Amino acid sequence: MYVYDEHDRQMAAERVAQFRDQTERALAGELAEDEFLPLRLQNGLYVQRLAPMLRICVPYGMLRSVQLRRLARITRDYDKGYAHFTTRQNVQLNWPNLEDVPDILAELAEVEMHANQTSGNCIRNTTTDQFAGVQSDELTDPRPYCEIIRQWSTFHPEFAYLPRKFKVAVNASEKTDRAAIRVHDIGLQIVRNDAGELGFRVHVGGGLGRTPMVAPVIREFLPELDLLTYLEAVLRVYNRYGRRDNKFKARIKILVKALTPEGFAEKVEAEWAHIKDSPSRLTPEAIERIQAYFTEPAYAALDNATDLLARQRFENRGFDQWLQHNVDVHKKPGYAIVSLTMKKTGTPPGDVTDRQLEQIADLADEYSFGEVRVTHQQNVVLADVRQDRLLELWEQLGPMGFGTANLNTLTDIICCPGGDFCALANAKSIPVADAIQRRFDNLDFLYDLGEIDLNISGCMNACGHHHVGNIGVLGVDKKGQEFYQVSLGGASQHDATIGKILGPSFARDDMPDVIAKIIDVYVNKRTDEESFLDTYRRVGIDPFKERVYA
Amino acid sequence: MPDIIFRDGGIRQNQWFVISRPESGETLDIPEQKRVLIPADLWLENREQFSGNENVGVWFDSHDEPEVLADHVNELPLIAVNFPKFSDGRGYSIARLLRERFGYKNELRAIGDVLLDQLQFMKRCGFDTYELRPDKDIRKAARALNFFSQGYQAATDTDLPLFRRRAS
Repeated sequence: MYVYDEHDRQMAAERVAQFRDQTERALAGELAEDEFLPLRLQNGLYVQRLAPMLRICVPYGMLRSVQLRRLARITRDYDKGYAHFTTRQNVQLNWPNLEDVPDILAELAEVEMHANQTSGNCIRNTTTDQFAGVQSDELTDPRPYCEIIRQWSTFHPEFAYLPRKFKVAVNASEKTDRAAIRVHDIGLQIVRNDAGELGFRVHVGGGLGRTPMVAPVIREFLPELDLLTYLEAVLRVYNRYGRRDNKFKARIKILVKALTPEGFAEKVEAEWAHIKDSPSRLTPEAIERIQAYFTEPAYAALDNATDLLARQRFENRGFDQWLQHNVDVHKKPGYAIVSLTMKKTGTPPGDVTDRQLEQIADLADEYSFGEVRVTHQQNVVLADVRQDRLLELWEQLGPMGFGTANLNTLTDIICCPGGDFCALANAKSIPVADAIQRRFDNLDFLYDLGEIDLNISGCMNACGHHHVGNIGVLGVDKKGQEFYQVSLGGASQHDATIGKILGPSFARDDMPDVIAKIIDVYVNKRTDEESFLDTYRRVGIDPFKERVYA
Repeated sequence: MPDIIFRDGGIRQNQWFVISRPESGETLDIPEQKRVLIPADLWLENREQFSGNENVGVWFDSHDEPEVLADHVNELPLIAVNFPKFSDGRGYSIARLLRERFGYKNELRAIGDVLLDQLQFMKRCGFDTYELRPDKDIRKAARALNFFSQGYQAATDTDLPLFRRRAS
């Protein structure tokens, strides 16, 4: 994982000093509220319904155990002893005091963390696949490119006041897309061209929110050394021509649509032609320098522990279920990828206590070379666990609250903080998730249903990614009352699709029944091996409509 | 007139008057014996009259296209870019284009809703003077221009992004 050098450290320290200065001026009344707003947002600080909220950056989801322990300490010293994993691989604190934020940022900087550009109309944290580097089907590890983009986008002098927020995601796997790149402002798919050279297929103009769109391809192949100059060209076209008169039409997707993808691509190519050979063009050495931080840990030479695991599974049904659902194949023999689910019923999805953060840190040190990854599904991954220690690990997870073997099932719900915390929300989302989890508490039934993405957002801003949930739930406000609109058929991977709205919205108390009816239709209509999404795509929305509104 | 901040943090007296775009039907009224900045397209329309005049510069608004002056930038003693609202970031791109694409060498000034916390970004994008909004404390400008000792990216102040400086 990337380690700061003296340049990174210096800029991180200067950033903290800058924000301290800005906060002091804001508190002294020298900065009007609207003038302080973008400054605090670009340091992660929102002012929320009940208190400020601080969104801490976890670059492309990677965390070291020392950072987890520092987060735990910060939640104790400055907050109420818990934190929240977000749907963009970041961490949020819900109750910090505004005056304390510079001190929190200073504490974060000590462990090479920050809250830069986690909000505001700027380039946000670049996200990627949580299995990067440990899965067998990726062309190359995407994380070095994410780090290169992180550095390029950090305090970029030209792009700090864009028309709207800007999110980049990178994916390197050919079969899966856990980073959901097609619903990002820029989605980069790492590919090889016919000559065998490495590069990117560039998607621009995807996004969720009020006008959900799947990003079209604007360049089939971008050589890897051209990454930054091309991004600069895209951003410059957006900065100059993106709409600034209406915040709901200000995302790059609207510009791409207005110009058409071809027209937009032409403008980018014309801009790029001027800068592609500038010194901002990457060098092989620059990429290798960053790649050197993402080399493999000291894996032991092992064989797959097939027999041992078979015996352990036979003897222990709970372990068997967990292995089947929460453990994935690792590229190295004898290792496994473990997902710790932060979705225990009774706890808001993604919430962890200070003690749990420390427990995760301990598990990382003991089982996974001291590192974890945060996923956009709000879970945590131990990427390098020895197969012969899986049982021993699993036995500890139950008491800690991470052992619910529901990964990718109906109750592994993606959920924003919603109206309980967020000032933007139209409706609460956590109680809906909770009610659904309570209704579907039978693991065997969940396994029988197979993989279903259920995503809940408390408003149009779609932090819960409801548009791309196989089942999406959106909180809406009707004359001051909270209602929930349901959509079906969304998907976030290579087959990215925006879900279709089922019909009129429902009261909160009705939601578990509504979901149960939708599941009923699936169970009745499915053929042997069909997933929920397959069945939906085959039979369409009408049977679901008929049953739910009967 | 408010004073002007220079990129080194120095503060000097402003000598340039910004002339607004005349209402339709009205003609451009240039006061005598003053140094003035006029809308860029009006300068271009009357280029033969103004070119080489050390007392006439231009200003761009944030939605203007600096491309219109591409071949003539160095005929101007001063170009200003207006920030109608500090959060309108188009002026940063205009500045870089003027400097890096069109090779503009003379004074580039930020005018309009110019506050302290954007000064260093402006400096990196090629602005070398700044007309701070009058209610802001001009004595704090020198610090704001130097919050950071370096940047990750190449910009107008350095050709070399950090990844190239690291390698050397």
